[in-house]
Amino acid sequence: MTSNIVEIDNLSFGYKGRLLHKGINMAFPRGKVVAIMGGSGSGKTTLLRLIGGQIKPAQGKVRVDGKVVHEQDRDGIYQLRRKMGMLFQHGALFTDLSTFDNVAFPMRELTDLPESMIRDLVLMKLNAVGLRGAHMLMPTELSGGMARRVALARAIALDPCIVMYDEPFAGLDPISMGVICGLIRSLNDALGATSIIVSHDVKETFIIADYVYFVADGVVAAEGTPHDLMQSTLPFVHQFVHGEKDGPVPFHYPAGNYQSELLNQQL
Amino acid sequence: MERTKIDLWVGIFVALGVAALLGLAMKVGNLTSNNLGKTYSVSAAFENVGGLKPNAPVKSAGVVVGRVADIKFDSKTYEAIVNINIDQRYAFPKDTFANIYTAGLLGEQYVGLEAGGEDDSLKNGDKITQTQGAVVLEKMISKFLFSKASESESNSEPAAATPEN
Amino acid sequence: MIKSNLIISIAHFLRGIGHRMISRVWRLGAGTRLFLLTIMYSGESFRRFHLTLREIYFTGVMSLLIIIVSAFFVGMVLALQGYNTLQKYGSSEAIGVLVALSLVRELGPVVTALLFAGRAGTAITAEIGLMKTTEQLSAMEMMAVNPIARVVAPRFWAGVISMPILAALFSMVGVLGGYLVAVPLIGVDSGAFWSQMQANVDVRADIVNGVIKSVVFAVACTMIALFEGFDAPPTAEGVSHATTRTVVISSLTVLGLDFVLTSFMMVV
Repeated sequence: MTSNIVEIDNLSFGYKGRLLHKGINMAFPRGKVVAIMGGSGSGKTTLLRLIGGQIKPAQGKVRVDGKVVHEQDRDGIYQLRRKMGMLFQHGALFTDLSTFDNVAFPMRELTDLPESMIRDLVLMKLNAVGLRGAHMLMPTELSGGMARRVALARAIALDPCIVMYDEPFAGLDPISMGVICGLIRSLNDALGATSIIVSHDVKETFIIADYVYFVADGVVAAEGTPHDLMQSTLPFVHQFVHGEKDGPVPFHYPAGNYQSELLNQQL
Repeated sequence: MERTKIDLWVGIFVALGVAALLGLAMKVGNLTSNNLGKTYSVSAAFENVGGLKPNAPVKSAGVVVGRVADIKFDSKTYEAIVNINIDQRYAFPKDTFANIYTAGLLGEQYVGLEAGGEDDSLKNGDKITQTQGAVVLEKMISKFLFSKASESESNSEPAAATPEN
Repeated sequence: MIKSNLIISIAHFLRGIGHRMISRVWRLGAGTRLFLLTIMYSGESFRRFHLTLREIYFTGVMSLLIIIVSAFFVGMVLALQGYNTLQKYGSSEAIGVLVALSLVRELGPVVTALLFAGRAGTAITAEIGLMKTTEQLSAMEMMAVNPIARVVAPRFWAGVISMPILAALFSMVGVLGGYLVAVPLIGVDSGAFWSQMQANVDVRADIVNGVIKSVVFAVACTMIALFEGFDAPPTAEGVSHATTRTVVISSLTVLGLDFVLTSFMMVV
């Protein structure tokens, strides 16, 4: 058994002829928190979907626990997904189910556990994210940060080996951000799982990540520990980490000549 | 099995549906009146059946005693052969007379049976020999017009003759 | 210059038509595939019947009120209009036949399907469209739970079970509405009303065929609503367009299918 639970090997993927990824190589060692960073639209979330087998790569391979994901049939992919938990960007809680039923959902669907045991497990998971008291609330009654925590409890309901986080910090207030940040690290260590974080929030990600990949223009532009990357002199990494407005990533979307466009008054 | 409020409502819903279907079959449709019980079959040849259809009622003295099973065409005699199922409770003499009548001026057509005087009764597979077919409106009107015309002809001569007398 | 512009715009127009046709055909194929997948993954909706039961509650029970009220008024209007015409020919007792046959053969299944598309169909499309927009379907897939088995199939079977029940109720309540107008209000003889009806409504040819129609409409309406929701672009605008399309396409499909089914049943 290799020490990497997920490996991405020379991966290419594109929509309608436009390649989003052009030969990406990554490795996610067991038990670590690994972050994938990059600007908006650089295909970070798509990488998670490729790992989960929701889409197929144009080239290259994604291996999860030694198995090539896109070569599995439906049952094989479902077997792999049972080892994964995923936290979606906006939580993606089932709005017709209560907090309790949301966390119980994967247990009821995928296991034959008796209802009394499910009850105990759900309360344990909710307690881990600090929301045991909110078990009877509906998702619409939760704040953004609480919804994210419930979704986290649901993602770890079946004790997965891999937990994927899609923009876990986006749109949260600083306190909730800190709470989620601490939870990701502590749950990772408590479960002995591997965490994959997709984010563009440099500060929080650098606090909890063991290793960081930077994705830009479809390739891995830089990689290393947070400490290395802070010192990096690569222009792109420097611009990203320090949040500068202009640099290798231009402020303007590619466009024609500004002056001629204004004068000719046509597009 | 845990009982929920939803189960109750769905139960009511399905019960209502079954009740509606039964109501349609019994009250609106003719499922009940269609059950004649045991029947025997006789046939009758008509010159013309008009608009008679299978499943039309067979009545005697205004009471439904059976139904038309099927209607065929006999290519040898050029007549319509009508098979009739009659309820076993009712026996009819061999020389029963079968007519095709219309309910009202424009209503549906039915077979009317008028009992004869013989002692022997009709049995399964027997044939009714005395029949009268449907009245065709066009024929009746043209007959009426012809008779009127001939009447006025025969009337006009004596009428013309009278003044001379 | 102008001429070439004209040619370009005509070419553009034709290309637009072609593009639309192709996308229609594509959607038809995708819808059929969803239908087959739904049938394939239907096991769970019967093994865990409470999932289907819940949806019967939402599509069937919640539509009861609108169906019963509409049926009552449709029956009353039929009786009034029918009486108006029939009395000119002196056969106002045939009013029961007219009301019953119109309801059982046509209006029961068709109007129920149209109301179903408006009441339950739009709800299904909007719900599934929003589940897709908020990544709930994606989340389900990532949990190794098949959304077709868990979300689509129970709703499909609930629709197929609910619609014939609703249609039968519609016909029955409509006949009662017609009775209310014909007998106490207009003064048609009660016995003539029922006996004429019973003499002319055939259980097999009329009532069973009406039920068959409503089952076919149920499959079409529910599947269209499910597909539109499943296929909706994950935006607010996308879901709202999908909901509109559910009503438009379901209505047209029901009316078209009604013609086809009626002509088939006439031959038999």
